[in-house]
Amino acid sequence: MSGTNDDADGKDDPVGGVRAAAEQLWEEDAVKLLGLILGIFALYLVGGALLDFGARQQVNLLANLFFYIGVFAMLALALNLHWGYTGLFNIGVIGFMAIGIYTTAVLAKEPALTEPAAGSIGGFGLPLWLAIIGGVLAAAAFGGLVALPALRLRADYFAIVTVGVSEIVRFTVLESDFQKMQIAGYFVGLGGGSGLILDFDPTDDLLEALGLLEPYTAFTESAGAALSLGSNPKPVFDSLLYGLILLVFLIGFYVLLRRVGNSPFGRVLKAIREDEEATQSLGKNTRRFKITAFMFGCALMGLGGILFFAVQGAITPSAFRPRLTFFVWIALIIGGAGSTTGSVMGGAIFAAFLFRGPLFIKNVVQQNVDSDAVDTFGQAVSPLISGLDPFPMLLFITDNLQQLQLVIMGLVLIYLMHNRPEGMLGHRKEEASTISLNRPERSTDSPGATPATDGGEPVDGGDTDE
Amino acid sequence: MEVIPMSDTGAGVETNAPDADVEIDEAEAHDSEVEEAAKHTPRGVPLRVEGLRKEFGGIVAVDGADFAVEEGSLTGLIGPNGAGKSTTFNCITGVHEPTDGAVHFRGEEISGMSPDSVANRGLVRTFQIARELEEMTVLENMMLAPKGQTGESLWRSVLPGLRSGIMGEERKILEDCWEMLDFFEIDHLAHEYAGNLSGGQRKLLELARALMTDPTMLLLDEPFAGVNPSLEERLLEHVHELREEGYTFLIVEHDMDLIMENCEHVIVMHQGRMLTEGTPEEVQSNEQVIEAYLGGEVE
Amino acid sequence: MGVNDTYSRGRELLIADPVRAALVLALVVLLLDLVRQLVFGQVPVSQFVVLLKDGLMRGLFFGLAGIGLSMTYSILNFANFAHGDFITSGAFSGMIVTYIIAGGFGAEADIGSLALVGAGGSVFGAQLGIGVASTPLAVLGGVIAAALFTILLSLFIDRTVFEPIRDRSGITLLITSIGVAFVLRYLIAFIFDPSRRGVTDSNAVPSTDILVYDGFVSVDLHEVSLLVVSVLLMLGLHLLLQRTKLGKAMRAMSDNEDLARITGIPTERVIRYTWIIGAGLTGVAGYMFVIWNGTLHWFQGWILLLPIFAAVILGGIGSVYGAIVGGLVIGLTMSVSIVWVPTGLARASAFLVMILMLLVRPSGIFSGGSTA
Repeated sequence: MSGTNDDADGKDDPVGGVRAAAEQLWEEDAVKLLGLILGIFALYLVGGALLDFGARQQVNLLANLFFYIGVFAMLALALNLHWGYTGLFNIGVIGFMAIGIYTTAVLAKEPALTEPAAGSIGGFGLPLWLAIIGGVLAAAAFGGLVALPALRLRADYFAIVTVGVSEIVRFTVLESDFQKMQIAGYFVGLGGGSGLILDFDPTDDLLEALGLLEPYTAFTESAGAALSLGSNPKPVFDSLLYGLILLVFLIGFYVLLRRVGNSPFGRVLKAIREDEEATQSLGKNTRRFKITAFMFGCALMGLGGILFFAVQGAITPSAFRPRLTFFVWIALIIGGAGSTTGSVMGGAIFAAFLFRGPLFIKNVVQQNVDSDAVDTFGQAVSPLISGLDPFPMLLFITDNLQQLQLVIMGLVLIYLMHNRPEGMLGHRKEEASTISLNRPERSTDSPGATPATDGGEPVDGGDTDE
Repeated sequence: MEVIPMSDTGAGVETNAPDADVEIDEAEAHDSEVEEAAKHTPRGVPLRVEGLRKEFGGIVAVDGADFAVEEGSLTGLIGPNGAGKSTTFNCITGVHEPTDGAVHFRGEEISGMSPDSVANRGLVRTFQIARELEEMTVLENMMLAPKGQTGESLWRSVLPGLRSGIMGEERKILEDCWEMLDFFEIDHLAHEYAGNLSGGQRKLLELARALMTDPTMLLLDEPFAGVNPSLEERLLEHVHELREEGYTFLIVEHDMDLIMENCEHVIVMHQGRMLTEGTPEEVQSNEQVIEAYLGGEVE
Repeated sequence: MGVNDTYSRGRELLIADPVRAALVLALVVLLLDLVRQLVFGQVPVSQFVVLLKDGLMRGLFFGLAGIGLSMTYSILNFANFAHGDFITSGAFSGMIVTYIIAGGFGAEADIGSLALVGAGGSVFGAQLGIGVASTPLAVLGGVIAAALFTILLSLFIDRTVFEPIRDRSGITLLITSIGVAFVLRYLIAFIFDPSRRGVTDSNAVPSTDILVYDGFVSVDLHEVSLLVVSVLLMLGLHLLLQRTKLGKAMRAMSDNEDLARITGIPTERVIRYTWIIGAGLTGVAGYMFVIWNGTLHWFQGWILLLPIFAAVILGGIGSVYGAIVGGLVIGLTMSVSIVWVPTGLARASAFLVMILMLLVRPSGIFSGGSTA
């Protein structure tokens, strides 16, 4: 199951021993992950403390980190199922995320049965949980639609098809003809360029369903006062709560994908990644496996998209550019394709250092430096050349960090592909099986179980050869 | 898989009901060589190739191959480079669809079937250049092979109740795998990545893995290419042992001597055509064969 | 007789390959519908000719820019996702020179602003009167600079990024090229600021109206320039490939997969010339596109990359002529498709054509050797 499978001790009782070993290993990876995430949080909190951040700012910072680590780790896990396990080169991740959140939005938005005012669009008014399921299923179905014909293409063509499909999705939601229409009496639509306003609140909906909304609101008031979070502390707690919900989903993704990986199903996926023809020659219907794995991954990407955008208040087509797909790819490559634990780590590292880190630095600089940055690159360069004054340049850099950040990501990607294509964890022996693959006791202890038809060859004399 | 791979032949061995899409008639026919198969093909001839022709965009790679492989035999398919051996192989195993002609396996026409369907009917191949799944361990390679594993369903793999159900099956498969590794004496490599194995070890693994699918007939594509002499010896020993247990073998080789020494029946191809077939002695004394080998492209 | 023949051939196709038959049928229906719309005046002929002209312009650009992509794809064996940003780099580098020359080397505007192509709205193309007729030298300088800079850039990137991992799989190289694309694209946005700017003076472009059946079609000098430059470069490349030894070697390498395999890994010299020719054409294509289009922005090349991929795949990877034909098909598809689909989905329909093409005939129209 993981790198240290070999020293798992299953001698006493195959079942219990195996389970104990598995649990021990799971612990180990979980500890690794926990350590990394806590380390990231500590780093940010210390950074914030050194900069005299207020409590509200600190909590917001944490919630923000929670959010991005959660979503990127989940998306990297889903992509790992496609690329790391099955070798499906999907660079249309954002398209499936878009299908997920758009479907959920249209299903869950308040219905409008009369022609709504300009700029507002109704939905079908389904409960949010049902709409989420709908979104996930739509993403899976769409994945199936893409996969059925495209899976027989070679990897680079498949990649171009998927990125093309994700752009087709974006053009479709952008298209003004689909902005508003009437279906079965409901005025619904995809919103066109101005997008859709999400008139639901996932945390409130969840709390209300649990009957906890009122106690929770009361709690936020008192706790907010106690922690001196200032007026209206509820949004702060909402984002923390959402972070926790994401954590639950992340654990769900992790356990699910580990189970997929460590199963006969995952074994076939891995084999397809290695050599599809050889896998077929062993009687595996590789097409069926590929379609199942692709649709399942798409469903998870749809769910990832829903969790990513459901709390943003609104969605616009410009958020669904291919850029985000490549972010997920970078996260996966940092962690190492093929490794479940690595995917989560890659997601966390990407979110904390490449995605949020530069913005944190930008905020810090802008809070502590009074002078304004110059407007253009030229104005920043000339003092550097004429008077060796680096200050305008540094300010310009921080001011335009959102662009430079992507340059850095690009460099990281190139560096990784040159020096560490297998990811930070290196090659990991994650054996694809539900059980430990050590020699079971029985087969050597009771040779009677082996029919003696193998031509007199000693059954367990295997240690004698070269 | 309940069937211990090496034990599914010989009278009196209990035939476990195959659990999935394994053809029942195939197992029975194989066990007792009875009527079922005889209805379609002459007794004891599991593989029959008739008028096989394969063109690639106008180039004829195989031009009318006709031959049959007898039950329990070790049949060799030889010929100089470019004789069409590999194409014939690929047409039999479903990699290519023949342009014309038919391939029958155990009374069923299998030409045009997908490679996995062919393999699932008990006709399993190995590759000329061993196709190990390199970043999987030897044991993972082995455990992949058994047919019809219930855990190959996504839902059974992830859902809590169902997952525990497949673990028993996994333990059984694992036990079989260890036995098979023992038989081939590569058990010390069980946790090694297949990519780290030597050429000869890969060939052993590939044969072992093919056997895990519980086949009745094996097609070996140059199983001895790039294998050192001592391993070649061992591989041959295994092949003979397995043949004695009732497995049928069709071996493609271009090493004439090896085929002549080990096979009881030899088919010779040349330039896409069948040249002759017969016992090694018959083939060796055939003028055309000598000419093809000496006059044509010598290896 | 003829009808019968067509009928029976159609039936054969339907049986042998229903998907392809359906596509052929769809195409025939669309064409008949187009004729109907033209005959009944639902689409004025002159308007249709405008669409054709637009499609031709785009198509020429896709073809010209696609040649480089196609060449590197087949000779270096990977889909270069940084190709779009080579286009942008060419456009920006050319425009810097055009701005500086048109701006009188600092006489008409601050030299820094000129060198940054008017970043931050400091100077506009219209202000400088940029156009093929009004500032021919500036444009000529721009074309040359675009070609030279893109060549140098591609050689530098090849040396630093791709050469060290030449022996790895096409997928590794593809992912790496995505990294290169990010670096180039956002470096351009960082240096030149992320605004979209007008770079030509539309009043300074001579144009003429031609009467076509039921209306006028205007043709301007920039369209003619794009046409002339593309055709000349394509012809030049044709001569290079047909007449020179280098051209023959390259043709052999990209057209013939087997030969390429026998020859083994192409020599560094051929790779270098591949980049030089491919990037040179790409840089010029990017610059001429901007002259034609009149606007310049940092992700221009990226959004053009996918249609170019479509063109290259359509034409068959490795085939130079295929890239040109594929470019025209994609360009025309994008503009003519708006007869049926909303304008916003024009690009979507081009991608759809590409995807359908991949599914039906993955080796492209020209079936040029694709290297797996």
